[in-house]
Amino acid sequence: MCLAVPGKLVSIEGSDPTFRTGRVNFGGIVKDINLSYVREAKVGDYVLVHVGFALTIVDEEEAAKVFTYLKEMDELAELTEGFA
Amino acid sequence: MKFIDEYRDGIASNKFREAIERITTREWTLMEVCGGQTHSIVKFGIDELLPDKITLVHGPGCPVCVTPLELIDKAIMIASGPKAIFCSFGDMLRVPGSEMDLLMVKANGGDVRIVYSPLDAVRIARENPDKEVVFFAVGFETTAPANAMAVHQAKQLGVKNFSILVSHVLVPPAIEAVLSSPQNRVQAFLAAGHVCTVMGYTEYEPIAKKYNVPIVVTGFEPVDILQGIYMCVKQLEEGRCEVENQYARSVRKEGNLPAQQLVQEVFRIVPRKWRGVGEIPESGLALTEAYDEFDAEKRFAVAAYTAEEPAECISGLILQGIKKPNECTAFGTRCTPEHPFGATMVSNEGACAAYYRYRRHLAKNKAA
Ligand code: SF4
Repeated sequence: MCLAVPGKLVSIEGSDPTFRTGRVNFGGIVKDINLSYVREAKVGDYVLVHVGFALTIVDEEEAAKVFTYLKEMDELAELTEGFA
Repeated sequence: MKFIDEYRDGIASNKFREAIERITTREWTLMEVCGGQTHSIVKFGIDELLPDKITLVHGPGCPVCVTPLELIDKAIMIASGPKAIFCSFGDMLRVPGSEMDLLMVKANGGDVRIVYSPLDAVRIARENPDKEVVFFAVGFETTAPANAMAVHQAKQLGVKNFSILVSHVLVPPAIEAVLSSPQNRVQAFLAAGHVCTVMGYTEYEPIAKKYNVPIVVTGFEPVDILQGIYMCVKQLEEGRCEVENQYARSVRKEGNLPAQQLVQEVFRIVPRKWRGVGEIPESGLALTEAYDEFDAEKRFAVAAYTAEEPAECISGLILQGIKKPNECTAFGTRCTPEHPFGATMVSNEGACAAYYRYRRHLAKNKAA
């Protein structure tokens, strides 16, 4: 029900915030998506889409941090194991 | 797909699993609030990967599951009308009402349509001016902005033959209901990433403080969930009770402000009944006066109808994390997705259905 899927914004149409839409590509499937809630979205951004609405722009930098966190955690573990 | 595949990576998942094992010294019980997370956890077997000391219980976060029986009955009454086109997300069609479900209304000739977005229902209303088009507006904070916009568009466009049957619920009051129950055993929460994408997470801070529980806003892929669990366990082991954000690629602290604004304009906070749980104060949304004309309950005069739920199904206890699906005597035998007793068996995100799909071997008295 709360499923939301990231897709790439490929074009934007309209300027009235209530009706502004964009075409979003989800791994090959393209859908018309309402963009009223992501007014700053640009073509090329990844947006998170739920029931026909983009809810946010996926932050690429934050997206990578999960793996940085993992790496740091790993190094920390090796360090502490080294001292054990 | 980008932003999905990398978060299903086996090596990364395994590293988080090892890290969880490394830091766990005591027994902890965590609840994932959202049904989407329950589905991921059971599908990818995350609960079975975790150290024995960690128990995951499944929360009330499936709007399909918690929609009260009487609302399903109201939907059926409205959908059975001769002029109605009843539009809904697909997973509501098989939720059992007192006597039938929406799929049976459709089989009997009713015009019941599955739509992808509430905006599809507005379009259908414009295309069918001689019909009454009703959208079944269920969902949490994630879906509220979409439903609010559908009503807002209908108002702007002057669409008179469109209304919504509202059964919106809110997450924080449900978390508080779980925490204040004397039977509560939950010590930390994975908060629902998509709800927080809309709402942000400041409203969880007073809850974390008041009940001394860590709350980690978490995504939906295996790596996300494992990191969320790691962050919860780390807080528990260190004696901290903070709100942290694992899902920062989508969730900002303040949430999506334009979405919150429109939700506030279209909806107001009201008490709501939760299927299996009962009424929770300030736990749902209803239309504000300015949008009253779009209220299907009023338009079809069904507001006063009530119905009681059958006693046999323990989905209420499951939704509060007190029991697991396989502890229900009907699980997998008399109650199956083909013949669901309770909504937790109907929806893909319901704990009973997830267990049925992936954990059927746990059924107590398996049919031969
Ligand atoms: S298995 Fe069926 S009867 Fe038992 S709690 Fe789940 S939905 Fe209800």
